Amino acid sequence: MIIGSALGAFVALGFLAILFNGRHWIHSLTYGACAALCVILAGDGLWHMVMGGHEAAPAIVLPIGIPWLKAHFRLDSLSTFFLMAINSPAALASLFGIAYGGHVPEARRVTPLFPLFLFAMNGVLLADDAFVFLVSWEFMSLSSWLLVLSDHTNAEARRAGLVYLVMAVFGTFCLLAAFGLLAGHAGAYGFAAMRTAHLGPWAGGLVVALALLGAGSKAGMVPLHAWLPLAHPAAPSHVSALMSGVMTKVAIYGLIRILFDLRSDVGWGWGFFIMVMGALTAVLGVLYALFQRDLKTLLAYSTVENVGIILIALGLAVAFRDHGAATLSAVALLAALYHVINHSLFKTLLFLGSGAILTATGERRLDRLGGLLNRMPVTGLTFLVGAAAISALPPLNGFVSEWLIFQSLFHAPTIPHWAMRFGVPVVGVAMALAAAFAGTCFVRAFGIVFLGRPRSPEARHAAEVPFVMQAAMAIPAVACLCLGVFPVMATSGIATVVEPLAKVQLPTALLGWPWLSPISPTDGSYSATMLLLTFIGLMLTTVIALRLFGTRRVRPAPAWDCGHQEDIVNAQYSADSFSQPLRRVFGSVVFNAQERVDMPTPGDLRPARFELRMTDPIWDGLYMGILRVVNAIADRVNRLQFLTVRRYLFLMFTTLVVLLLIVAIRQQ
Amino acid sequence: MTALLLGIIHTWLVVGLAPMVTGIVRLTKARLQGRRGASVLQPYRDLWRLLHKETVIAESATWLFRITPYLVFVCVALAGTIMPTYTTNMLMTPAADLIALVALLATARFFTALAGLDVGTAFGGLGASREMFIASIAEPGILTVIFSLSLLAHTTAPANIAAFVLSGHVGLEVSAGLALGVLVMIAIAENGRIPIDNPATHLELTMVHEAMVLEYSGRHLALLEAAGMIRLQLFMSIISCLFFPWGMATVSSGAGGLVLGLAAWLAKVGAMSVALGVFETSIAKMRVFRVADYLGGALLLALLATIFLYVSEAV
Amino acid sequence: MLTAGFEYHTAHLIGAVVLMMGFTLLYQRRMSAVIRAYSWQATALALAAAWQGFVQHAPHLYATAAIALLFKGVAVPLTLSWLVKRLGIHRTVETALGIGPTMIAGVGLVALSIVLVLPVTSGAGAITRESLAIAMSVVLLGLLMMITRRNAVTQVVGFMALENGLILAAVGAKGMPLVVEISIAFSVLVAMTLFGIFFFRIRERFDTLDLAYLETFRGERQ
Repeated sequence: MIIGSALGAFVALGFLAILFNGRHWIHSLTYGACAALCVILAGDGLWHMVMGGHEAAPAIVLPIGIPWLKAHFRLDSLSTFFLMAINSPAALASLFGIAYGGHVPEARRVTPLFPLFLFAMNGVLLADDAFVFLVSWEFMSLSSWLLVLSDHTNAEARRAGLVYLVMAVFGTFCLLAAFGLLAGHAGAYGFAAMRTAHLGPWAGGLVVALALLGAGSKAGMVPLHAWLPLAHPAAPSHVSALMSGVMTKVAIYGLIRILFDLRSDVGWGWGFFIMVMGALTAVLGVLYALFQRDLKTLLAYSTVENVGIILIALGLAVAFRDHGAATLSAVALLAALYHVINHSLFKTLLFLGSGAILTATGERRLDRLGGLLNRMPVTGLTFLVGAAAISALPPLNGFVSEWLIFQSLFHAPTIPHWAMRFGVPVVGVAMALAAAFAGTCFVRAFGIVFLGRPRSPEARHAAEVPFVMQAAMAIPAVACLCLGVFPVMATSGIATVVEPLAKVQLPTALLGWPWLSPISPTDGSYSATMLLLTFIGLMLTTVIALRLFGTRRVRPAPAWDCGHQEDIVNAQYSADSFSQPLRRVFGSVVFNAQERVDMPTPGDLRPARFELRMTDPIWDGLYMGILRVVNAIADRVNRLQFLTVRRYLFLMFTTLVVLLLIVAIRQQ
Repeated sequence: MTALLLGIIHTWLVVGLAPMVTGIVRLTKARLQGRRGASVLQPYRDLWRLLHKETVIAESATWLFRITPYLVFVCVALAGTIMPTYTTNMLMTPAADLIALVALLATARFFTALAGLDVGTAFGGLGASREMFIASIAEPGILTVIFSLSLLAHTTAPANIAAFVLSGHVGLEVSAGLALGVLVMIAIAENGRIPIDNPATHLELTMVHEAMVLEYSGRHLALLEAAGMIRLQLFMSIISCLFFPWGMATVSSGAGGLVLGLAAWLAKVGAMSVALGVFETSIAKMRVFRVADYLGGALLLALLATIFLYVSEAV
Repeated sequence: MLTAGFEYHTAHLIGAVVLMMGFTLLYQRRMSAVIRAYSWQATALALAAAWQGFVQHAPHLYATAAIALLFKGVAVPLTLSWLVKRLGIHRTVETALGIGPTMIAGVGLVALSIVLVLPVTSGAGAITRESLAIAMSVVLLGLLMMITRRNAVTQVVGFMALENGLILAAVGAKGMPLVVEISIAFSVLVAMTLFGIFFFRIRERFDTLDLAYLETFRGERQ
């Protein structure tokens, strides 16, 4: 009831905003009302979760839509969880919007669409039939597309809008086909009927593949991610926060709904595939992020990485379930959901931070910023918390979910299949690389933006943003800390969601206090609370000891810099120079990065130039290159007749290896 | 209660003995290079002297620059508190497994790198950039080592791995040998020892860690130096706990067992310090971009260690 | 007291050292380091053979060990270093594929050989399977070295590393006759000599040992 009226209020707000479009106050009013509604919705979700989930999920049938198709709504524990996970960051984005929404370019085009976007996302969660689900999904796509296009004078935004529209249509089409298959000949479009439907192995596999394409393209799974880093940054920052922090989670919700609720017989092969795709997404996403020069694009690529990490956990959960390891499957699913809520929090926080920086300086380019920590202390501190959380540093929340995912990965070789046994260590390495790169990426982001000396006059004259915006960033920062320090609070909450889905009782070690353990206490344990207490104890001892034994004299002085005292701001490390070592090692392989230095001879007055060129392998290779590939194949086949000795040797060697591989597969 | 007491003694030992380890390494190197070398107590005197020096802070520095030394020191000391050395019967040991331990060290590194960028000098940025570059490849290596150990021992808790090794279920496993090799390689990189980085140099082009802390002085520098010393000793303790836990006291050991454990730990760490000194003397520093090959090789070896477990049917 | 487990574990540790040296061969960038790594591999192989001789109480394996140590551990590396110096070959290893990708491919090959060996030896127990997997990996790594390195000398080293893998498999299996090993050793020696002469001939003709030039000469590359 509450939820229904809240959803209605979103629509009403949208129309209200259109009606009073010209007024000043409408922006603050709309965003304020949105924030209140989101808080209500999130609170409702939280209340249902605390009350221990639902024995019988309340379902409503409304006579809306096409006359002979009634709209089914239902609120089960999974929707409840996502209701909370989605509306809490949405509330923060709305809160931020109260001060921010009036000042974005073309604010009149943004404000009315914002509540409608929220309405659509909530609609997806509540849907209990394919019809409502797809309509809400498409509504979500279109409203966010319009938000991306709001700054229509910007050519980049227009390009982003085009790519986004194509990908969104593609994704919805895939989901439509998936639901069509699920509904079968009878056309049973309700989720209840789909749960009991029996599909053949081919149809079942096709459903999973289509769901992965549809939801994966919305979530930003590589190689379907191409639209995401274009579209997310193009929207105003609080909308970017919604798209990155919230909409990708709705896509994950769609995937979980299909993989774990509607289908319960997905094979381990699909789990393996999802896991590998997740690993690929995570590593590529963070590699892209590492070399970005635009703060918001960097954050968008980091979303791709985190979606990859969630996919790894989901794939593991599928594989475990197919092998009958229900408890391990539940742990992996719990880890995935934990990361969902974590990422929605810190990504919202970071995007709002980028909005604050944009407000204060008008810049998103890393190399035009610098030294903001002294000028914007609250934004800086909260951004630091977000950066540390996304880099999976204890005692913050990002570490807990990644720890749980690592723990379930470490149990995965118990699945007796050689693809899993050899695949899992590689996925583990990929995830560890992604985590380590994320740390580097956010040291770079925070260090270049907030530390050092200001690199432009805009950065030098920045001032702290209004209080409402500060509050919208401070709340998720505190939440990140709480979810990290009291992980048991979160795991026992998520357990109420996971247990009905996995049909298993989670081990008490996972919910125990104060040690968090994946399966049993001897497997390894983690207690952020104890760590933090010991940390505080050690810190106090250190400070007291230093006071007792050392001198406290402090003298400010110009930076020493090995004796090179100069005042050239550009002599600092820039964003590009920071990532140079990793660019040389990985960029040259993945992005074909090429550096060229044009150094004039002495006496020449020309400035020295440094040029850096990188290509996007997936954009150039997959999207633009399909035609090229066809042509190239024709050429290649022709060239086979004119090879060198070493190449022929190589061919023979490859043939040998491939034959051995075939033997290996056949033997299994 | 015993566990709490043993844990507190352990923390004092770990923090208190760390400069000695560095002293032993330096003395060994000096002797091998034909110098007399300073006493093993010299690092204590250095730290004491730094504590009494005035702290100079760059004008462009923020509050992050001031708190980083404390954060780094406490993070590393916390990691040292958790890692069992002479006994596994410590209150804090279950608070973090090996993954969390690596993450604690990563936290320390995160803030050191940020402090390197804070003042806005070229050298600080250079150090931060290279440190994160090295860590980006070293950290996955350690995690993969943990992966293979956890496959073998079915746990990621250091105390339980030590107990597993002591129980004799594991022989001279190829995987364990590989894992040990990788851990040593990475420990060298993480501690900024030759051939990755030279802890004794202030030659601009070759330094990594020293470049980050170039702007620090006085008690801040003392804290950072001490953190580095604890980290070196911590890695030695990790190696001795996971691969050579013999002699370590357990929950059921009495006072005799504790003394034996302490003696065994001191002997192991001492031997490793001397070995490190000998190794550092006999090898030349490598180019920065060669480090990627070195650490990438370590990472792949760690992967091999995991894969070999399947052959030997240990899993 | 030596338990069976200890014997086999030691054998495998030595086998693993041989394999590691195979990786070291791929990792090196300098010609002298490659040759040194090869020498270490041969020494480890000799150790493996001697250990097997001790464990199996088979004296002829000591002979194998001695051959491996003297010919491959000392004579061949010395000859190769002499060749390198004599022919003035470029001191760095010229790669057709970077060090990193080669190593990744190497790990992939090891995984492949393990996957292959696992079902074949399902009746044989963990012991045989591990030695077979190691030996096969060494062979494949040798092949990999041959195709990813340009210079003829490194290709010869790759070939001989491959042969080391064969010997490793042979000493692990019980009842390998000495004659076979001696003949293998001699064939390698002959091959070595032939390669030596071959090098001189190529060098006299083209002033280089990079096989790419040979390809140009054959008109295969423009």
